[in-house]
Amino acid sequence: MKKSRQILNEQELQALLQKLAAEISETEKTQGPFHLVGIHRRGVILAKRLLSLLEGPKRKLGSLDINLYRDDFAQSSTMPVLRETKIDFPVEKSRILLIDDVLFTGRTIRSALNAMMDLGRPQKVDLLVLVDRGGRELPIQADLVGLKLEVSDTENVAVRLKEIDKEEGVWLLGGNT
Amino acid sequence: MAFDFPHILSMSNLSREAMEFIFETTDRFREIAGRPIKKVPALRGKTVINLFFENSTRTRTSFEIAGKRLSADVINISKSASSASKGESLVDTAKNLEAMSPDILVVRHGSAGAPLLLSKMLKARIINAGDGAHEHPTQALLDLLTIRDHKKNIAGLHVAIVGDIAHSRVARSNMIALRTFGAKVTVVGPKSLIPQEIKSFGVGVSYDLAKCIDQFDVIMMLRIQNERLGLTPFPSLREYSNFYGLNLNLLKCAKPDVVIMHPGPVNRGVEVAPEVADAPYSLILDQVKNGVAVRMALLYLLGGGENL
Repeated sequence: MKKSRQILNEQELQALLQKLAAEISETEKTQGPFHLVGIHRRGVILAKRLLSLLEGPKRKLGSLDINLYRDDFAQSSTMPVLRETKIDFPVEKSRILLIDDVLFTGRTIRSALNAMMDLGRPQKVDLLVLVDRGGRELPIQADLVGLKLEVSDTENVAVRLKEIDKEEGVWLLGGNT
Repeated sequence: MAFDFPHILSMSNLSREAMEFIFETTDRFREIAGRPIKKVPALRGKTVINLFFENSTRTRTSFEIAGKRLSADVINISKSASSASKGESLVDTAKNLEAMSPDILVVRHGSAGAPLLLSKMLKARIINAGDGAHEHPTQALLDLLTIRDHKKNIAGLHVAIVGDIAHSRVARSNMIALRTFGAKVTVVGPKSLIPQEIKSFGVGVSYDLAKCIDQFDVIMMLRIQNERLGLTPFPSLREYSNFYGLNLNLLKCAKPDVVIMHPGPVNRGVEVAPEVADAPYSLILDQVKNGVAVRMALLYLLGGGENL
């Protein structure tokens, strides 16, 4: 039987987002404001929530679907549902904070960077993730991390958000009991 | 939904859900046409062969652009430039192409059923780009998408298909697709160009365009296909144009929000008057624009997965 353990509950997740929003503001003090671009699906929701927690300069919100840029398209057995890539500000020379829920192998971020570069040449891209679970297969690191977890290969980190899931929080799934 | 169609051969295979899924996927590809770099890497390393045994500008170019924007390698073969002109049979040509391991074959052929035959003999995915007077499914998909862009709901609309119904694969695919979506369809044309059995598609029939033009939300005009007509089924093009050509005068009786469509190429002054073809309610170029996105979606949906 697979076990599932809750790491963060709804309130703790909310507090973590507050902390990340504060860190974004701190980074912006020295570097100037970012536009927030979320990676589908949960990255987009997190970007929206972070934007609402931020004050001050006007930041734009964008969403990115990385399925056309995946490196495992030919091997995937089910057809991914394509979602909207919508960035209505010029990417050229902009400063972008890329946002996703969980950082694992780094392959999604690689795809996201390629997708972004096809839309223009940003001045700088930073990466924010809610959870960094280790297990990188590419040389990619996040600039802002909500929570670092040491997770074995047999386990999975699930971020659930009430906008699309029944519950809210962070869970550790699987592993050997 | 899981899209598990290995080939696109006929609209009759596609459920409403499958078509909705194709439209949803198409929406994602429309955005790419507006980018400075109109290319995504999704089909990198895949080979698409456009095997066209009949002339085509729009459809072939549309498939070629769609394939290239997805980073597939696209090869075009036309009848005049192929071994078919040396007498090679369709199946032999296809088997030889298969030996070069293409992933998707886009086939246009003068004989109904040619793409179906190839789908049974080859490992590659097949897309029917028009087979004789049978079907032209990608045209129907882009037509429905264009209607949806302008009329929101297809269900409940009254759509006229006007012209040479008997020889038209566009009419056949559109009748099936529109009925699947719950639209009301009336085919209009001279008796000699409307088969008796057409009612089995669940469509109405009229031989008098002027009499019924006020009922339609959408009017699809078909091209008079001189190359497919043997003995002329009407006395002259001018007479045909008088009775079934769409001009400004006739359109005065149509609904104020009617839209006009045509699969191209247009015989200006025959089935559509030039002023009508260029009017704001004419969606002819929207159809072409949507064609690229629809074909990108289909190539993408057929090109993925490990069964390829």
